[in-house]
Amino acid sequence: MELSWWAHLWSVLPEIVLVLAAALMMAVDAWLPEGRKRELGYWAIGGLAAALTVTAVQAAQLAGGIAVPYEAFGGSVRADLAAMLFRVIFLLAGILTVAISMDFRPLRQSGEYYILLLISVLGMGLMGAAVNLVMLYLALETVGIALYLLAGYLRDTPRSAEAGLKYFLFGVFSSTIMLYGLALIYGFTGEIAYARIAQALAGLPAPAVMAALLLILVGFGFKVSAVPFHFWTPDVYEGAPTPVTAFISVASKAAGFAVLIRAMIEAFPTAQANWVAIMAALAFVTMTVGNLLAIPQRNLKRLLAYSSIAQAGYILIGIAAASPLGVAASIFYLGIYTLMNIAAFAVAVIMTNVTGSEEIRDLAGLSRRSPGLALAMLAALLSLGGIPPLVGFFAKLLVFAAAIESGLLWLAIAGVLNAMVAFYYYIMVARAMYVDRSPEEEKPVWISRPARFTLWFTVAGVLLLTVLVYPLYLLAQMAAQAF
Amino acid sequence: MTIPSVSIPILSFIVFTPLVGALLLLLIPRHQKEAARVFAATVSGFTLLLALWAFLAYDRAAGGYQFVERMSWLPELGIHYYVGVDGVSLPLVLLSALVLFTGVLVSWNIEDRPHELFAFMLLLASGITGVFVAQNLVLLFFFYEIAIFPKYFLIAIWGSTRKEYAAMKLVLYTLVGSIIALVGALALYFVSPVRTFDMDVLRELAARGAFAQTVEVFGQVVRFDYLWFLPVFLGFAVTAGLWPFHNWVPDGHSAAPTAGSMFLAGVVMKVGAYSALRVGIELLPGGAVYWLPVVVFLAVVAALYSAAISLVQEDLKYVIAFSSIGHMAFVTIGFAAMNVTGLTGAVLQMFSHGVMAAILFATVGMVYDQAHTRYLAHLGGFARAMPMATLGFILGGLVAMGMPGFSGFVAEFQVFAGIWAARDTAWWYPWVAILAAPSIALSAAYILRALQATFFGELDRWRYPHVGDVTALDKVAIVTLAVWFVLIGVFPRIMTDMIQTGVEPIVALLQGAMVASIR
Repeated sequence: MELSWWAHLWSVLPEIVLVLAAALMMAVDAWLPEGRKRELGYWAIGGLAAALTVTAVQAAQLAGGIAVPYEAFGGSVRADLAAMLFRVIFLLAGILTVAISMDFRPLRQSGEYYILLLISVLGMGLMGAAVNLVMLYLALETVGIALYLLAGYLRDTPRSAEAGLKYFLFGVFSSTIMLYGLALIYGFTGEIAYARIAQALAGLPAPAVMAALLLILVGFGFKVSAVPFHFWTPDVYEGAPTPVTAFISVASKAAGFAVLIRAMIEAFPTAQANWVAIMAALAFVTMTVGNLLAIPQRNLKRLLAYSSIAQAGYILIGIAAASPLGVAASIFYLGIYTLMNIAAFAVAVIMTNVTGSEEIRDLAGLSRRSPGLALAMLAALLSLGGIPPLVGFFAKLLVFAAAIESGLLWLAIAGVLNAMVAFYYYIMVARAMYVDRSPEEEKPVWISRPARFTLWFTVAGVLLLTVLVYPLYLLAQMAAQAF
Repeated sequence: MTIPSVSIPILSFIVFTPLVGALLLLLIPRHQKEAARVFAATVSGFTLLLALWAFLAYDRAAGGYQFVERMSWLPELGIHYYVGVDGVSLPLVLLSALVLFTGVLVSWNIEDRPHELFAFMLLLASGITGVFVAQNLVLLFFFYEIAIFPKYFLIAIWGSTRKEYAAMKLVLYTLVGSIIALVGALALYFVSPVRTFDMDVLRELAARGAFAQTVEVFGQVVRFDYLWFLPVFLGFAVTAGLWPFHNWVPDGHSAAPTAGSMFLAGVVMKVGAYSALRVGIELLPGGAVYWLPVVVFLAVVAALYSAAISLVQEDLKYVIAFSSIGHMAFVTIGFAAMNVTGLTGAVLQMFSHGVMAAILFATVGMVYDQAHTRYLAHLGGFARAMPMATLGFILGGLVAMGMPGFSGFVAEFQVFAGIWAARDTAWWYPWVAILAAPSIALSAAYILRALQATFFGELDRWRYPHVGDVTALDKVAIVTLAVWFVLIGVFPRIMTDMIQTGVEPIVALLQGAMVASIR
């Protein structure tokens, strides 16, 4: 079927908007006087919001059946609901990240920070849509390079420079291994499109497929920070500028899951029995190691790093279930996780601004100092812990239900036991805010207007989505059917 | 059967008024502490009126589930917002509203962050009431978990003596129990021939023996209800303080602030027992018939052991805390009777003990506020200074002893009568009654000992120069609670009528399972 030029463009319209916005920002950056650089943040939000609007319209058309899914650019990208929903997650994460970046003191306001952020969102959008190996790798590297730069953005701070370098080295290393796996697949099949690979793999010996699959999973495992590919996570999360950490922890992880889900289901359906076992093992190890190592942490960003590793484990449970319910549960979890994790990091950003420290003990007395901020953090932590009435409860319920439905009862039991361990360290953070005292508890906490927006948006999200859980689940389910 | 429904969603109002109140309370400016207190009292008072109204408006002749509301929530997975009350749950809804209202009143003088204090209390009450009205398993767990984390903050922030240790212990115990039970509920969902969490449908299925099917676990073929009854029942019974899972109770109850102890002993333990009844016994009746004869002996141990330990405690709060383990054991014993009399007694015991524990902890708190110690050796003579609190403690004590004319007697008598009446079904029933009976005598002993040491004797004016009477609000709280002892003691039928209508279907279910197991 011959596609019109418009249909080609339509499939990547959000990315086109982002490119235009990034180009515009370059001009604005040159034009804005030094004192008004902060306004660049609003331009970035504007660009991301424009792309989000486009994506939302496209998603509505796909969900409503007005548009049908198709592949464009010679089978490079697919325009389907899953790609669009993942774009919504990336763009939303981008907007919320920009909002907490604007008044983050260590970050000098400059155009290239926001432009890099826009470019990484662009790459993520393509990751979610990629349906062949070349596009997959290109998108992955676009995101990677932008994020390496962002993680090391505070050049003068050794920790940030170290984070950038570490992220870069781990990133290239794992992506090289993955590239080897992709090359093996191409060598075995002579195909780069997922659908054709799936057909060609059917006749291949299992050990060959297994070898390629394992190599590819190294790259994906790095992106989603699954154990044992997680070693970069705590150091990079701790060293990178906190808003960047927030962004990496949600958007980059979601993008990793987007390619993981699509590649497993579309390219490796014949090896399902193999990858289900691998995913189940990865899920178990990831959540267990993440949760256990989170307990002794004293630094808030490191704690959230290990917590985000554990969260990746819960999301992997849904993929291991390898059922419509499981995939929908994973997508649902990713959407919710974006909100609750950014909320937690927003509080970390604000506290770093105020105290200059990222230690948990410096949260002491927060409930007296700023009751609203403490409450926002409490909501975020409890939602991450899966405690109702916050929507994180449903995210966990869905993945555990999916595991039991697929006969992985042991994984569900391991999951709930893990949830209890996690509850312990989330409560310990809450304890610092609510029980411990601090000599500074009379000093007010200044929260900038954009950061306030992020807090309200995310906390209202985790509270209200409990009521609206069904529409959200339906969307996730429709997206899961797109694969 | 058509389900009667009303146009006003009264149960939603009862559940969500405290929740919304908690959120609004946090919007009141920080320095306006008095406004926060008045607001909390208004919200909880309104909730109590709603609960009373529901209690009176319930059609006892019709029985069954009333005030039913049902809305889709996640219909594809059989999760609905589905609430309703029957004769078993309605008294407990009333109980939690009573404890919430009186808990707010006795916490009036707390100066440290009253906004958060009352917000956590309201949230806790909302979760607890939600458990009592939930007719969908996921909804039940949803509220059950809501009722866990506020307890941590109530104890860790406003508590005393080893408060953080006790708070974490309590939360982990109850969380572990509930999560084990949750896995059981999910397993139930996936073996059920109808994919739903609605408890009425699951009960129907249970009555037809749907959960008596065999499943294969690790190579062993076992009956599903035999396999899952214990994890589900005991998982919930952790919260009810059943021996040997009672360890959180004394520490938690003693470390909590007054209102926290009232909640813990008054209603939180009932949440455990109620859920064990509703999910464990009602949905897995085959498992109940099989396992309750074993479980009942845990309860007998709990009754004797806790009463004996109460007798030697030096801390007044520990006396009451251990006594609540013993009184809750009678609830389990009543369940094990598996007949109408025994179950009615068990449910009435939940209400009676709830009010009694609330009044005992409230009066102990009043003493502690002025004496700043709870050691029996240091107390004494408070009767003259605070006559109303003394009266409250005495009334609560009489209920605890099972004195005729008070609600405790009605409840415990029915439990024993039920156990005795069941002696034809199994040889061990009389032994339960014989073994558990001495705990009644022991409870009289520890109550009298605590009463004597705290309230009577000579007040040490040198140690306590400024002891005065309790506040008017405290008196209102005492009267609000004490009225129910006498009311039920003299006219048991205001409760038992209603409870019986709720208990009869459960007993029918158990009888059916018994017949099936004999066959």
